[in-house]
Amino acid sequence: MPALVSIPDLASQCIHCGMCLPTCPTYDTTKRERNSPRGRISLIKAVAVGDLPITASFAEEMSYCLGCLACQTACPAGVDYASLFEHARAEIETSGLNSSPKRSLYRYLTLDLLFTRPRLLRAFGKTLRFYQTSGAETLVRKLRLTRLLPADLRRLEPSAPRISQRFSNELIAPLESPSNPVIKKVALLTGCIQDLAYAQINRDTADVLLANGCEVHTPPVQPCCGSIHSHNGETELARDNARRLIDLFPPENFDAIISNAGGCGSHLRHYGKLLADDPSYSRRAALWDEKLKDIHEFLTEIKIIPPTQAPFPEPVTVTYHDSCHLAHGQKITRQPRALIALIPGITLVPLTESDWCCGSAGVYSITQPEQSALLLERKVKHIQATHATILLTANPGCHLQIQNALPRLNILHPVSLLAQAYRQSLPEN
Amino acid sequence: MLEKLTTLLGKENLLTEKEDLIPYSFDGTATFHQLPLAVAFPRTTEQISTCVKLAHETNTPVITRGSGTGLSGGSVPSEGAIVLCLVHMSDIISVDPANLTLRAQPGAITADIDAAAATHGLFYPPDPGSMKISTIGGNVAENSGGLRGLKYGVTRDYVMALTVVLPNGNIATFGNACVKDVAGYSMKDLFIGSEGTLGIITEVLLKLLPRPAARRTMLATFPSMESAAQTVSAIIAARIIPCTLEFLDQMTIRCVEDYTKIGLPTDCAALLLMETDGHPAAVADEAEKMAAIALQNGAIEVTTASTDAEALRLATARRSAFSALARVRPTTILEDVTVPRSHLAEMVSFIAKTAADLNLTIGTFGHMGDGNLHPTFLTDERDQAEMSKVHQALDLIVTKTLSLGGTITGEHGIGLAKKQWLPQQLDASSLDLMRQLKQTLDPHNLLNPGKIFP
Repeated sequence: MPALVSIPDLASQCIHCGMCLPTCPTYDTTKRERNSPRGRISLIKAVAVGDLPITASFAEEMSYCLGCLACQTACPAGVDYASLFEHARAEIETSGLNSSPKRSLYRYLTLDLLFTRPRLLRAFGKTLRFYQTSGAETLVRKLRLTRLLPADLRRLEPSAPRISQRFSNELIAPLESPSNPVIKKVALLTGCIQDLAYAQINRDTADVLLANGCEVHTPPVQPCCGSIHSHNGETELARDNARRLIDLFPPENFDAIISNAGGCGSHLRHYGKLLADDPSYSRRAALWDEKLKDIHEFLTEIKIIPPTQAPFPEPVTVTYHDSCHLAHGQKITRQPRALIALIPGITLVPLTESDWCCGSAGVYSITQPEQSALLLERKVKHIQATHATILLTANPGCHLQIQNALPRLNILHPVSLLAQAYRQSLPEN
Repeated sequence: MLEKLTTLLGKENLLTEKEDLIPYSFDGTATFHQLPLAVAFPRTTEQISTCVKLAHETNTPVITRGSGTGLSGGSVPSEGAIVLCLVHMSDIISVDPANLTLRAQPGAITADIDAAAATHGLFYPPDPGSMKISTIGGNVAENSGGLRGLKYGVTRDYVMALTVVLPNGNIATFGNACVKDVAGYSMKDLFIGSEGTLGIITEVLLKLLPRPAARRTMLATFPSMESAAQTVSAIIAARIIPCTLEFLDQMTIRCVEDYTKIGLPTDCAALLLMETDGHPAAVADEAEKMAAIALQNGAIEVTTASTDAEALRLATARRSAFSALARVRPTTILEDVTVPRSHLAEMVSFIAKTAADLNLTIGTFGHMGDGNLHPTFLTDERDQAEMSKVHQALDLIVTKTLSLGGTITGEHGIGLAKKQWLPQQLDASSLDLMRQLKQTLDPHNLLNPGKIFP
């Protein structure tokens, strides 16, 4: 069971050497210390030891931080910035400083309702899908009915994800077995946004696992992992969701529990810490952390069978964008590239600043639209400079954000490319 | 004063809120904190001059700051001070390949300067550990060193001219693009390493070198710190001047490996990172000789980086040493003592013995090739008993260093952290002359007060 460390102790781990500064997208924009990791840590510490009350300015600063965790990769001293940051956001929520009836309603509708009730979330998804496919969306836009929406929803409407025609439970059976002997027994997490917008990625993940001798367990109804709650200062809701997932996926029953979304995985690996003081869950939560694997990490560890055929008839140039929470949150950068290199007919060209945040960062594009747009513009420029025809990335937030800026670009999860290659390799399947 | 600054710089370039000031109350040094009155972001030399004149009128202390990575407390504010933060003056103004020079604003990042030089096949050698974020103005003000000091010297060796705002607000330029220049006193040298106490550097003209055609990086592991130190002495004695001879003890190796996970050998007592650069034939010859000397002096193994990427990973790992040591204990106190190279082995042994005698944890790393060591105390500032032993150890190490003809600081500066020992190193008349200089240039003691002098 991990020890619980006090916030001042966690913050004292920072020796303010400044190695984090060049990796912080907000410091890079403003060159102000408070917008840097070490500046924020000094503020969190000042609040924790009582030198500074929780002020609107402090809350604004914690909202301005992307939580991309690039600073954690850069930090030689090993500061646990993620914990400090989530603690600060939780303190701000507890203080009630940001409360307003409208904000409370939105937070209740999303964090308390939609993202704790998977069936309700899918029902919402179906409604949105109907809106998008029935012609209603076109009509609404032509008639400019979006003017009737509140300003912040109006701004969001065009960037809503295209909802998948079928959700994961309609694409993946609860238990699927490989045609070859079973090597590993794994559970597959289908996620929330991934399930709604990119259910095919979950299908592709199952296919790649099956092609490599894994028995795949995919419960049809899965609660949210709690990442969105933890990131937005709702620690108790995050803990509830963690308990529900542990009950649904008993870690002792599987060789691995597979996540294919960078943002979810980064949170999912730390249930041990989240539930450390819950005596009935702490032990299983620690076991959960051991079993939790990112799909790229798992496939690299089991040494997959390389596909024999190219995914497309013509050779293709691709590039890879690191999701922050895969690269910095989970330190997984080598494995996706190694997997891509195994696929015939694919040339991977490096992306400049591939591990620099695209501005998606959970709900950041909604809460901090200006900074988000700056980062997206920077990302788009680098992607265009590669002249790649496919962008590979492994997080639905990044996928959605970049797709909105580059609607014609083919964006795929590395696993989808791999699945496509396997399909070409084994046409009888 | 604040109103006038707002008028001069614009509201967006002056910070006065507590949430904005707390992050400017420290630099890269442990244990020193002080909130400033305000933080100002000037954009031109003329604005800095006006700021200094305003400070003069109102008797307000002025602290100049770049990225705040200093390791002697040089940019920690004093009470009621205005911090002039020069990060927005970050342009590399020009590279002149015909005269091998580069002109930059003080907030230009050190690594960007070398990168700009590299696009012309040129080279800016000084490479302090924080080069990815440190500013050239800070480097000049502290006369920073780095990993290549042994062969290429320090920042001072590359400064050809400076524009400086003097404590009375006047703007002066010292030096020029000429290789030879003996017109009057070498005033630029007075400001290099003056730690922001004599003037504010607002533009620099730097000397560049041709970029070395080849480079080879090697890692040698040793069963004892003494055998590593002997190897360094033997390499120098063999008339080889490599560009880098960096040393890490076991504690440092383990912390760095914990951070970088690049496969450093964590079971050896010491390792040397050795790098030679220059003409390919000379590099090959020197590398071979250095490896042989290391093995003759008891090295367990010598390996060569097979790619540039691997060499860069090793150098980057070494640059992280100080910060990585912070993994062990809450407080990390970094020293910078330097001795003539022939006394290295003796100094290294003395530091280890002092740590053992006082039951303290010290990780030592440093630029062994130039005698500059960084014994780093891993301690807890809240533990008073242990802190008093740390101070005792510091006194012993300083006394030993000075008895060997060394200096209390090789590259970090005196600032706040080392000022108590300055009188022990300098004779009374040289310290007195320094005070007179400060008094003459800055009679009201407004520029970075409280630094250097005890």
